[in-house]
Amino acid sequence: MRYAMAIDTKKCVGCSDCVVACQIENNVPTGYCRDWVTETVYGSYPQLELELRSERCNHCDNAPCVRCCPTGASHIVEGGVVLVEASKCIGCGACIESCPYDARFSHPDGYVDKCTFCIHRVRKGLEPACVAACPTKCMYFGDLDDPSSDISKMLKNRKYKVLAPEAGTKPQVYYLI
Amino acid sequence: MNEEIIISGRDIPHIDPHLNIWHWPIPSYLFLGGLAAGILFFASLYTILGKEKELPTAVKWASFVAPFALMLGLFFLFIDLKHQWYFWRLYLTLRIESPMSWGAWVLLAITPLSMIWAAGYLSELIPSWDWKLGILKRFEQWIQGHRKLLAWAMILLSVILGIYTGILLSAFNARPLWNTALLGPLFLVSGLSTGAATILWMSRNEAERKLFTRIDILLISIELFFIVHLFMGFLAGPAVQLESAALFLGGEFTLPFWGLVVLMGLALPALLELLELKGWKIPAALPAMLILLGGLAFRIIMVEAGEMTRYLY
Repeated sequence: MRYAMAIDTKKCVGCSDCVVACQIENNVPTGYCRDWVTETVYGSYPQLELELRSERCNHCDNAPCVRCCPTGASHIVEGGVVLVEASKCIGCGACIESCPYDARFSHPDGYVDKCTFCIHRVRKGLEPACVAACPTKCMYFGDLDDPSSDISKMLKNRKYKVLAPEAGTKPQVYYLI
Repeated sequence: MNEEIIISGRDIPHIDPHLNIWHWPIPSYLFLGGLAAGILFFASLYTILGKEKELPTAVKWASFVAPFALMLGLFFLFIDLKHQWYFWRLYLTLRIESPMSWGAWVLLAITPLSMIWAAGYLSELIPSWDWKLGILKRFEQWIQGHRKLLAWAMILLSVILGIYTGILLSAFNARPLWNTALLGPLFLVSGLSTGAATILWMSRNEAERKLFTRIDILLISIELFFIVHLFMGFLAGPAVQLESAALFLGGEFTLPFWGLVVLMGLALPALLELLELKGWKIPAALPAMLILLGGLAFRIIMVEAGEMTRYLY
């Protein structure tokens, strides 16, 4: 099993519902967020192209945050999902330094926090909160090892990219382009 | 041209607008760790070589600085933790992939070892010193009888500690400025140089000062050689490393790095030491202080600048 997310940049309108849904579902403290939306403008006038992306932890296959954690608080669970166990985290900041996506932050309570792919919902058969809330249905979550899953089909039929592939972390959030 | 912005709004403390999670305690700790590693390296090296009589500062007196430097460094590490009261979690596991994990274990070994080492010379430093308890007196005798054994353990641990202060940073692939294997040796040499400078500053023995002046000039030369190679590596590297080098070659760290670290902290003290060897009268405190301040500035700049280097946005 390999959980992953695919996000259709052609369907995303940048409404930030995914950000709010996550903050509510995961009780993210005010002023913090586990996901965010970026807008990239490519080219120069008049040849311009706009791309909207909902970004978060990439739950990398080659996760530097898990490797550098001195206590094992950062760990990998089923489907390759990267989690942080607050009671093991000493708040040293090594994993924050190690993340090329700056997807982690120091929670006001001291431990490190980030996107969990809403594993607590996924275990109950639900979609992650961001995916469930998306009004344009541009996000797909599922198992890459299952060829009949929506995400497998999307990645088979569409062109896609990942962010900062040159960092070599094998990220698992795919952007359909 | 590409313009990339976060439109959902994000202003997470210490993450935006650029990463700044490690503050002054971390470079201060890296400096103190390197300094202690340098002092303990020379103390154990000259014990193994049987030079206790000829080099009393290197073997005995300077080693009193090391446990204080290590304890202060550990205190700095502790205050920089954000989930402090869970720090004991470090010592429930050894994770070989994580430099911070094995670094924590090395510190746990070398700090008491440095205390034991200095304690063995306490009654020589203060002739009226009395350990009072019989068990402590017997322990002192044991230390004095096993100095060579302790020195072998300490020389190994001090080299690991010195390299570790650099590897701690170089293990982060996400920060292109740090992600070079040269950082471990560079921090080790810099740490040895600050250690040598401390010994030079404290020594009242002419022959010892001459030796450590020579050692220090050699270490500074190696350090300068490494710094040139560091930038050669960056300039032959991928775009993110070119951008990292640009921070030092025209960017905002150009003057602090080349002025404070390379010129004031390395080149000038090396020149003063060379003049001293030629017979000029130069107070030992001057080059030593410049080297120590340069070593601290080097670590502050490397940590600050490294956190600004990144892959995205």
